Amino acid sequence: MKVFVPGDSAAISIGADDVAEAIALRDPSLEIVRNGSRGALWLETLVEVEVPTGRIGYGPVTPEDVESLFAADFLTAGAHPLFLGKIDAIEWLASQDRITFARVGIVDPASLIDYEAHGGLVGLRKALLLSSEEIIDEVTESGLRGRGGAGFPAGLKWRTVAQTNNAEKYICCNADEGDSGTFADRMLIEGDPFTLIEGMVIAGIAVGATKGIVYLRSEYPYAISALQKAISIARANSVLGSQILGTSHAFDIHIRVGAGSYVCGEETAMLESIEGKRGVVRAKPPLPAIEGLFGLPTVINNVLTLSTVPMILAQSAKTYKAFGVGRSLGTQVFQLAGNVARGGIVEKAFGITLNELVHTYGAGTLTGGPVRAVQIGGPLGAYFSKAQLETSMDYESLLAAGGMLGHGGIVVFDESVDLAVQAKFAMEFCAFESCGKCTPCRIGSTRGAETIDLIIRGVKVDENKRLLLDLCEVMTDGSLCAMGALTPLPVKSAMINFPEDFTGVPK
Amino acid sequence: MKFTPWSNDVALTLLATLREEKGPVLMALQLMQKEFGYVDSACVGLIANFFNKSRADVHGVLTFYHDLRTTLPSEHHIAICVAEACQAVGVRTLQKEAKEKFGDMVSDSYCFGNCALGPTVMVDGKLIGRATVAKIESAFQ
Repeated sequence: MKVFVPGDSAAISIGADDVAEAIALRDPSLEIVRNGSRGALWLETLVEVEVPTGRIGYGPVTPEDVESLFAADFLTAGAHPLFLGKIDAIEWLASQDRITFARVGIVDPASLIDYEAHGGLVGLRKALLLSSEEIIDEVTESGLRGRGGAGFPAGLKWRTVAQTNNAEKYICCNADEGDSGTFADRMLIEGDPFTLIEGMVIAGIAVGATKGIVYLRSEYPYAISALQKAISIARANSVLGSQILGTSHAFDIHIRVGAGSYVCGEETAMLESIEGKRGVVRAKPPLPAIEGLFGLPTVINNVLTLSTVPMILAQSAKTYKAFGVGRSLGTQVFQLAGNVARGGIVEKAFGITLNELVHTYGAGTLTGGPVRAVQIGGPLGAYFSKAQLETSMDYESLLAAGGMLGHGGIVVFDESVDLAVQAKFAMEFCAFESCGKCTPCRIGSTRGAETIDLIIRGVKVDENKRLLLDLCEVMTDGSLCAMGALTPLPVKSAMINFPEDFTGVPK
Repeated sequence: MKFTPWSNDVALTLLATLREEKGPVLMALQLMQKEFGYVDSACVGLIANFFNKSRADVHGVLTFYHDLRTTLPSEHHIAICVAEACQAVGVRTLQKEAKEKFGDMVSDSYCFGNCALGPTVMVDGKLIGRATVAKIESAFQ
């Protein structure tokens, strides 16, 4: 009999290993599958059992609940206070548009057989029958844009690399998910790593690259081992190697582990880091698509971008672009984080409102009080106020509202938050993580933190606010990459949307 | 955590495994730290010679990355995520309490990707969600 206990590190962080151990101890005959997380992190540890009608869930389960679960015959879907019913029928999950995350939480991440049983490798098999041009056309047609934050059309980037004449090219997957409030890359790699591998192989075939590198952050040890395991299985089964699925196409993937630098999530700093150097940002041009890793043409895509490609190939570009609004087509894997009652993964078509995410899915704050601020898009993203909750969640609307989507992380704060302190943190974080190449970023961030400190202490408040805005402008215009150029976004949005926190009067 | 005491010979054997790698300096430093617990001062010259780089190249990489350290770590390592999502659920208070209780074992970190179940702490490589001082304490027993 099969019992599913997530092996996702978020679930493990609140005791999933202990739950699995307790179940195994109570009945050693059970087959315990360590699946990924369904994404409803507020239900973790979510234990599932397979009965003839489908999968039944219990959650959140602690090791102390295991005895009573057995007493209640949970293996045959017995009644228990933690009984959730059929997992697929839980509104929170059933109402989502799971495309990129279709298999996460369902499959065994360490089983290629299970992966194929759930539609895996269909996209790759299709790609192997298409020409390079046809694959790129399909990706372009889908409207898929870079999910790392920049939102650059994936098809266009692939075409640029495909048109170069070099014999050697690279596919680099950016898995340096450093933004606070984001964890989708991690969960996908831990829960469905073969999807990423398949996406990278398709990218390789499309642009004529045979080498793939995943730059994975050191803060994600569980993801590193999950991906290592999946890569070995893929190699043993010709999903990677010199004859992919028996064809003449070759592709292999290696992992490079980061070393705790946020700026290495910036694509050119990432290339430097993979080359073993300091993670200092490069000037563009040359574009990495022309001169990227080791000077060779390189596709750099985020985990989610590459992991969406197999689904697009398997189901068609038309199906994918039926989701979304305007120029934001398809789905976005939103991540609800921070002070939120029901945090986790919400994959929905672009165009859902911030309010629906925060209140309908998130169910408001964890602490129970009203929501006061929401930061969208990581440490370089804007702070939104309650008045802006009706904003549509797509690239263009967020830009128009003075923010950005980034990697889709949404951090909720209750009324205890002080936005001046948050603004100061944004500058301090930039000072700590700046690569040092551009003066406005390297020095401006330190001066910015000092200036906000003066405002907090009530020293020449109006004068310092003017100075701060001026500094923000210099940083935005004078920095090469998003680190220095976007740090002003949280700072300015906090000042504009929460002016009452910048009066210099202690609360 | 147990580490091999610094040894020039062991280091050279390890570096040899990276001979075929392109751009090996960061990997080499990471490998040294994994084996010995820190990057010994002798490593800079050793890696520079081995891979035909300048000492400045190696020193530059060593001092750029927050993960790399030049002294042995304490017996236990408590890395507390102090980024926004954990701030939203009170990590500033936890950080203060933890530093009072565990002193030098505590360091700041930025995001373990457990942002819906914060505050998050990593104790000796083990991830702890909804962290409290008591949970940290029981993690290294």
